[in-house]
Amino acid sequence: MRIEDHPIIKFKRGKPVSFTFEGRQIEAFEGETIAAALHAAGVRVLSHSHNLKRPRGFFCAIGNCSSCLMKVNGAYNVRICVEPVNEGDRVEMQEGRGDIIAQA
Amino acid sequence: MLKPEIAIVGGGPAGLSAALSAVRQGAEVMLLDRDPSLGGQLVKQTHMFFGSKKEYAAIRGIDIPGKLISALEDEGKGRFKPLLNTAVLGYYDDGVILADKEEEAMLIKPQKIVIATGAAEKMLPFPGNDLPGVYGAGAVQTLMNVYGIKPGNRVLMVGAGNIGLIVSYQLRQAGVEVAAIIEGASRIGGYLVHATKVRRAGIPILTSHTIKEAYGKQKVEGALICNLDENWCAIPGSDKDMKVDVICLAVGLTPQTELLWQAGCQQKYLPELGGYVPLRNEKMQTSLSSVYVAGDVACIEEAGSAMVEGKIAGLFAAADLGYDEKVEERFLAYSQELEELRAGPTGAKIREGLARLNGGV
Repeated sequence: MRIEDHPIIKFKRGKPVSFTFEGRQIEAFEGETIAAALHAAGVRVLSHSHNLKRPRGFFCAIGNCSSCLMKVNGAYNVRICVEPVNEGDRVEMQEGRGDIIAQA
Repeated sequence: MLKPEIAIVGGGPAGLSAALSAVRQGAEVMLLDRDPSLGGQLVKQTHMFFGSKKEYAAIRGIDIPGKLISALEDEGKGRFKPLLNTAVLGYYDDGVILADKEEEAMLIKPQKIVIATGAAEKMLPFPGNDLPGVYGAGAVQTLMNVYGIKPGNRVLMVGAGNIGLIVSYQLRQAGVEVAAIIEGASRIGGYLVHATKVRRAGIPILTSHTIKEAYGKQKVEGALICNLDENWCAIPGSDKDMKVDVICLAVGLTPQTELLWQAGCQQKYLPELGGYVPLRNEKMQTSLSSVYVAGDVACIEEAGSAMVEGKIAGLFAAADLGYDEKVEERFLAYSQELEELRAGPTGAKIREGLARLNGGV
């Protein structure tokens, strides 16, 4: 789902990095957000609503809507649409509101 | 506690222009933005701007922040301090701003503050609007224009204002099929030039149409759309099933006025301007004398007028601190520029809204 040829934009992608999502290895580029990398890898469901557990996906991409909150390297409630991806990140889906104190 | 002369919240087109204008007057400016880089939503505007030459007409949005930032670095040497990755969390009664810079709390007490926090996308109520695959138009732009990632294979665009039209065209440029653009009103809201481009690209624009439902199990698999009569009621039997994996909502923006509410600025609900907007005088000064506003937070318009409002807000934030060189002359030039940008039929709604705003609380 990555755009290779574009009439106006030359995408300057950073160096390749890899991280895990729910234990699965995902390839990404430095400089992109975790949500962008997951989207490129075909991941659409990012969280579930608290009460009815309905699937939630990418929506605003600017850190406003909280549809993409995940647990990243043990820290809950990370807005992955504005969080840059780093080599070796451990990204997990979060059910519920999470814990505000980061775990190692 | 940091005590800059002027703090500006938001480094999009309005905030950057306000900073440049204030720095040119001689003031010291701290610019706070929650993002890692300046430019706000300009970073995804790959289309060329219209409007005023002075506000970068015929230049692509993505190329504007660089120009403003280099002018700021050059002309504001020693007096321009950008603080990135810095989210402003609160405004207190004593004029103190609380900000979070990379998980460190910061207290800032500026003499003047310009709020240029922009806007958020509006949502549309329909069954299934929470399914993965329903995106705000800005998110689609971010994905494809900033990161080079396709949002999906086949898109239903909801809304034929400028954003809906432009993003549809950009989707085509990115190699994504746009099944149709639907618009509830009986006419296209955006500029004719954008609509023509979209139609030439083979994308149908269906006016008097709305979305009834998005369906799919874990993500969008399709949408039901229908015809509306002149009273905006669904016409029975007019349903059409569209097989799409993306529904893109371009149904307008609403000002992000949280800080203004906290500060206690008086606001008024004016749908023409996007929702609640702050009362302000011609100097872009709110009901609190130390708080100025500029850009979409003050009235949903476009980047050109946001930049001129920024110039005015920055000019007076500085002038009110005593940096008042050529203030009359500059104000006159900026006001004329704004008037030109809002002239003609496309500016009618804005002019009406502003007239009602100025008509008192």
